[in-house]
This record gives sequence, C-alpha cells and structure tokens, in this order.
Amino acid sequence: MADTVVTHDIPSVYEPSLFGTYSKKIGMWLFLMSDSLTFGALLYAYSYGRISTAGWPTPFHSTSIVNATIMTAFLLTSSLTMVMAVRASVQKDAKMQTIWLLATIACGAGFVILHGMEWSKLIAEGLTLPMFPAVPGHEVSAEFANVAKSVPQFPSTFFTLTGMHMVHVTLGIVYLGVVALRRKFIPVLLALWLIAWLATPSYSPFHYGAHVLLVAAVVISIILWLKPKVYDSSDVEVAGLYWHFVDLVWMFIFPLVYLMSTRI
Amino acid sequence: MGADLWIISIAIFCLGALMGALNFITTTLDMRAKGMTLMRMPLTCWAWFVTAILGLLAFGVLLSAGILLLMDRNLGTSFFVPLGTVNGVLTGHKGGSPLLWQHLFWFFGHPEVYIAILPAMGLCSQLLSVFSRKPIFGYKAMVYAILAIGFLGFMVWGHHMFMSGMSPYSAFAFSIMTMGIGVPSAIKTFNWLGTLWRGKIRFSSPMLFAIGFVSLFVVGGISGPFLAQPVLDIYLHETYFVIAHFHLIMGVASIFGIFAATYYWFPKMFGRMMNEPLAKTHFWLTFIGAYAIFMPMHYYGMAGGLRRYSQGTEVGWINQLWPIQRFISIAAFVTIAAQFIFVFNLFWSMKKGKKAVDNPWEATTLEWTTATPPPHDNFGGLTPVVYNGPYEYSVPGAPRDYVMQTDAPVTARH
Ligand SMILES: [Cu+2]
Repeated sequence: MADTVVTHDIPSVYEPSLFGTYSKKIGMWLFLMSDSLTFGALLYAYSYGRISTAGWPTPFHSTSIVNATIMTAFLLTSSLTMVMAVRASVQKDAKMQTIWLLATIACGAGFVILHGMEWSKLIAEGLTLPMFPAVPGHEVSAEFANVAKSVPQFPSTFFTLTGMHMVHVTLGIVYLGVVALRRKFIPVLLALWLIAWLATPSYSPFHYGAHVLLVAAVVISIILWLKPKVYDSSDVEVAGLYWHFVDLVWMFIFPLVYLMSTRI
Repeated sequence: MGADLWIISIAIFCLGALMGALNFITTTLDMRAKGMTLMRMPLTCWAWFVTAILGLLAFGVLLSAGILLLMDRNLGTSFFVPLGTVNGVLTGHKGGSPLLWQHLFWFFGHPEVYIAILPAMGLCSQLLSVFSRKPIFGYKAMVYAILAIGFLGFMVWGHHMFMSGMSPYSAFAFSIMTMGIGVPSAIKTFNWLGTLWRGKIRFSSPMLFAIGFVSLFVVGGISGPFLAQPVLDIYLHETYFVIAHFHLIMGVASIFGIFAATYYWFPKMFGRMMNEPLAKTHFWLTFIGAYAIFMPMHYYGMAGGLRRYSQGTEVGWINQLWPIQRFISIAAFVTIAAQFIFVFNLFWSMKKGKKAVDNPWEATTLEWTTATPPPHDNFGGLTPVVYNGPYEYSVPGAPRDYVMQTDAPVTARH
C-alpha cells in the first residue's frame, strides 16, 4: 500500500511536524480520540446498566440479527470502497475518486435506511421509549412490550447507542458528499432531507430526525460559501479516517447490543 | 425547560472546547517557529498544550453524560433515574443509577479542575522567571510535572465519591493516586521557590499576582491531602472545609493567574501600560481579601459548618459559628468591591495608559520581539527563528541581562 501514502509539504518556516504528517490528519486523529471517549462513556453507561439490572432481557430474534448482519456487511463494504477512493485520490484519478466516494455514500445510506426500518419495526412492536408516539394499526409483541416496561434500561441503551452511531454515519455521509461533490452536494442533501421528511409518517422519530439533514445543509452552505475550495487527496484521506472510525464503533455496538441480547 | 437549555448549552460548550483543544494541540505540534523545539517552548505554552489534551479527553465524556441526561429528561430513558419521579413528576423511569452520573461527571470533573489551573501554573512559572531575572528553576522538571499532573488527573475522579458507598478498596486506590498528585505539585512549588531564591526580583503588578498565585496554591493545596483520605473526607465532605480548599486552589488561584496574565500581556495587546498604583492596590485588597474569606471557612468547616444548606439558624452549633459567617460575608463584599478597581484600570488604561514600548518587561519570548500592539499576522508575515531557550536571564557574558529567544545563540552557559 506504499502508493496510497498521502504526502504533503510543510512550509519551511516552521519546525518539522512531530509526527511527520500534515495538521489536518493529526487534527482528525485527535478528534477521533475524543469521539472514542464519547462512545466509550455511552458503552460504559450500557455496561453499567446491564450489570446493575437483574435479569437483563435477550429479546432479539433471528430477523433482527439477519437484518443487523446485512447492515454490518454494508458498512464493511463501505470501508473497502473508502480505501479505493483514497487510492484513486492519491493516483489523481478524479473520476474514480468521485465514483468510489459515491459508492461509499450509497453503502452508508443503505446502512442508515435498513437501520431506520429496524428501529421502526421495533418501536411498532412495542420495544419503545415512553416518549415515542404509539404506532397506529400495528400488532404489539407482548414480549417486547414487557421488556420495555420491566427493564426500561434496555430500550434506553439500545436507542441511545445505535442512535448516536446512526447520527455519526449520517454526518459521515454528509461529510463524504461534500468532499465528493462540493457545492453540487447541497441540492442532493436538500432532496434527501425532503424524502426523509415526507416519506416517514408523523409518529416516526425519523420524521423530525430528518431535519438534521436540513441543518447540515445550512451549515455546509455557510462553510462552502465562506471557504470555497477544491478538496485534494489529503482531505479524502482524512474523511476516510472518520469513516473507518465510525465503522469500527459499529464493530463494538453490533456484538454488545445485538448479539449479546439474542435468545440462543 | 430551563434545565434542558442549560444542558444543551453545556453540550455546545463541550463541542466548542473540543474544537479549541484540537486547534491548540495541532498548532503546538505543527506550527512552531523554526528552532522552537518542544523543550524551548515557554511553560505557558506547555501548560496550554497539556490543558488542551485534558480538554480533548474530558469534554467528550461530559458530552455523553449531557446527552444521556437530556434523554432522561425528555425521551423517557432511565440512565440516572432510580425511581419513578423526575422533578416531582411521576414517570415510567426506573432502574437507573445516580452513581452512573457521578462516575461520568467526575471523570470529566476532576480533569476539569486541572483544565482550570494548569494555564495559571504555566504562566506564573513564566512570570516568576521574568521578574526574578533568573532562568526558571528546573525547566524539564516543570514540563514533566505538568505532564504528570495531567496524567494522574484522569485516575482520581473517585475521590469525589467517597460518600457514595464505594468499596473501601477502591476508595483506598483513589486516595493513594490523589495523594500522588501532591508529588508533581510539590516539585512545581519548590521550583517556583527556587526560581525566586536570590533573584533580582522586580515587584511589578504581574509579579505580585504570580507570587500571590504561588501562595494561594500552596495554602489551598495543602488541604488537598486531608480531603484525599476517605476517613477524613467522610467528616469534612459536607462542610465548608471543602469549599475553602476548592475555592482557594482552583477558584482564587486560577483567577490570580488571569489577573497576572492581564497585567503582563495588556501592554502587548493595547500598546499601553496599566496603571501601576491602581494595580498594586487591587492586588493587596484582593490578596488579603481572599485569605480573609477562605481561611475562616476552614475553621467553620472543621467545626461542622455545613455546606449545601441555605439556612442553619435552627441548628444550635451552627448558630454559635454565626460571627464567622458574618466576617466571611463582609470580607467577600469588600473583595468584590476591590475588583471594580481592576475593571476601571482596564478600560482607563486602554485609552489613557502610559505608552508601552515593544518589550516593557525585558522578557525573552517571541511575543516581545514584535511591535506593540502586534501587526496583522502577529509577526507581519515574517515568522521568527528561535535560537535559545525561553528563560535566558542573567546569562554570564551576555550584553544584557536577558537573551531573546531570537538572539544569536548564547555560548556561555550558567
Ligand atoms: Cu478532584
């Protein structure tokens, strides 16, 4: 992989960088350190709840696990396409870089959509938080409803951990979209927002959650207006760091939240 | 609603602090001028660097805690709520643990006190050297002590939770670790004293505040090992002794750092000196005032005066301590009033202060090589090149009693 190493010249009025790389990359690594502590605290809260609760439920059936496994496959594939995007960017192949980035975005979007459907199904079946509105016209599973009532820690930790991860994947999609398409991504994002908003019923948490995309569109419009720039291979590599990190976090959440809460 | 807004603002603050930390760390690592090796950085920069690392690691956890708290309050989760009521309203929450909150909060909370005091430690080290006209005593030891304090700061959050019913073995471990922080702190204190020793001390207002900082740090710090012991802490925890300890060392000492820095860098920022007699009046009133407020609090606490209660008039033994409370209140009002001297001095000096030269304190670091106030881009587009350490004062054989970091390399070493 020696050909995929991104090089960057450091202006000579400064001391050579301590890690022999460019600042953006160090900045991203540091951000990931902080973010891993954020996720670490959430995982700690999960473990704490799990240990301190007698009779932790294991309600997930094979449908959930199959679904989550397909989601995992999407994410792992997206990591591969991300590596290809970085490779294309180092080889100065702009076309392939865009294509691989869009493929990564597509895999990420597939993950979020599957996850969203999974959430909606669980909520409809009664594995829900008290503040989520009831889903009309849907059979509530007695088992899920009982879990949500007797161990509220279970849905609490489930929705918090996976929700926080979903927000990270969504922001990652926005991030990669900006790197891939720059200004042209803003109409795409607005379209995604409208689809997510209008295609979900008003009792769904995603109906209002979709507005995250609107906020993101406003923020990136301001950023790109203040600082229009062409993204080079270093930006693609740094975006890749973030994307791989989000994948890695899922590799903790998937076994802890799904596999360890399955009836065997 | 109010509390939700407050939590959201804290969450935004966490993100802001995180971004600031990223900027500080990458800048320190990647944008040092030629010749400015890590071991030639002023201690101010070292302290800010370690502070940024602490912020990077601590605020992420507070962010999580804030998110969980918001969810508990608004989405019906129960991470921290053990029973069915929130704010007196019956809810479906149950099974959560307030201890989880304590862990998450104090894992942030203890590093946070170092986030508050490390910058003051760094810049007071700098000022003590400048105004003693001596190199800082044990530069490397100072750097390693800052790093050690930062590292140990993450291991000791449990000392805030001795009252939570934790296992005595955990309490013992947290206690030992906490007292361990006394070692690097003592290294710093003795190095500060060593810097002052036989220096040609100039008692300008920044120096007064720096010495005041050392004094408050020692006095406030010495009660730390008391509170670090579970046996004593169980008695003292709910009393004013904790308030006294905490406010002397983290509150007033840090604020003295802020004052010292303001008086020191004001000329560089605004091109004018602050009024010195007013500054000295401000110092003495604040210094004596701080001790007048917080020394009696130690006695009040040891006598059993409780904190966290708005009123103690029905309790006999607290009634007898009433004169102490009254004295503390009067001292506090006088000290607060003295701060208006500072505010007046600040704005008055911006307009009417004596014009400052480029290097009024005859200091060696880079900011004093540029014009006062600095041009755009700080150095007018010319990044300086560094040849010397930051504390080359009274160098034998040098033409002046100080050698700027950008001067030709010093040959004669002390
Ligand atoms: Cu502490």
